[in-house]
Amino acid sequence: MDIVHYVNLAIKSIFVENILLAFFLGNCSYIACSKKIDTAMGLGIAVVFVMLICTPACWAIKNFFLAKGAMAWTHITALANVDLSFLIFISFIAVIAAMTQIVEMLVEKFSPALYSALGIFLPLIAVNCAILGAALFMDQRNYNFLESVVFGLGGGIGWALAIVAMAAIRKKLAYSNIPAPLRGLGITMLLSGLMSMGFMCFAGIRL
Amino acid sequence: MAEALLSQKNKKIFKDGMWDTNPITYQILGICSALAVTTQLKTALIMSCGLTLVTAFSNVVISVIRNYIPSQIRIIVQLTVVSALVISIDQFLRADMFEASKQLSVFVGLIITNCIVMGRLEAFAMGNPPWKSFLDGLGNGLGYSSVLILIGTIREIFGSGTILGYQVMPPSFYAQGYVNNGMMVLAPGAFFLLGIIVWIQRSISGYSESN
Repeated sequence: MDIVHYVNLAIKSIFVENILLAFFLGNCSYIACSKKIDTAMGLGIAVVFVMLICTPACWAIKNFFLAKGAMAWTHITALANVDLSFLIFISFIAVIAAMTQIVEMLVEKFSPALYSALGIFLPLIAVNCAILGAALFMDQRNYNFLESVVFGLGGGIGWALAIVAMAAIRKKLAYSNIPAPLRGLGITMLLSGLMSMGFMCFAGIRL
Repeated sequence: MAEALLSQKNKKIFKDGMWDTNPITYQILGICSALAVTTQLKTALIMSCGLTLVTAFSNVVISVIRNYIPSQIRIIVQLTVVSALVISIDQFLRADMFEASKQLSVFVGLIITNCIVMGRLEAFAMGNPPWKSFLDGLGNGLGYSSVLILIGTIREIFGSGTILGYQVMPPSFYAQGYVNNGMMVLAPGAFFLLGIIVWIQRSISGYSESN
């Protein structure tokens, strides 16, 4: 497949099918962390990194161990036709939890300020639906290895884009007079709806 | 002295999950699936049942073994228990309700990362006895379900004119020029609707976030 296919996939996963604004994945940390731009940027970068690593890792687990007939490479005849695809959920989440732990250790070592700013949300990336969701979409759509890399990167960038944009908007909201019951969650939802409508306009892009 | 099964405190634990500390409108958890599966009432109902079962029973299991889990691996243990439950539900759906499971696609698997499940495990089941944990899980699951069913009904009626597949918008409306609201079945409609529901619920319950 030529490069145009992968560029189209990247554009689709960043803009048209933005993993947060079109598929609603990763909303909880999005709402909670989008109050300040620094935190949003830090979390966005962490999610990009984790998604970029986890999606191909999950692809490997699925295609070398779990799919039907995947273990033929071991040349053990008893394993040649085994279908372990029901273990996909639990192995994917195990890979994601492990990767998140590693990213957490790296962030703590290289950027203690970011580590304390993110607080509980860094380990919570493990249960961020966006990461598991990207892996499950990769499984459902049967991507090959390169597609899963592009999809992981694109999905992460799209999520980061949405959360940083929301943080920028909410910073301006500090000067607005929002009714009390609408503050926080309510207004974020309404704004996300408008952003989502905006991102739908990308649907016409083709290369 | 053993507490009655449905004592005042136990009832409060159950009721809190449904209104005062409703997982979606107050705790802000589980939003992802609340928006994604509610284009139709049927998928919303299936997701509600699935999540209530997973929350209630994982709460019980973790609560029973809570004193034996080493603190460093507790997230892994929790994820394992939840994954096992979700895998069973997913296999059941694929076997008995195949078209619905196709529509729900990845969102059944995403119950594992649903913040409500993990949130209640960490906040309640790790420190409370099994029956209370079960009530807490059940209450939160039903609170989540009520919001889901509300959103699903509204989106399906106004977005497709049907409920559970049955046409409810009278054909005379269409004849006079009424058109289904396309935005309701798309992503932005879900966001707007949830924002409005949260607005209404918080106006009634009086809770508002301090900015």
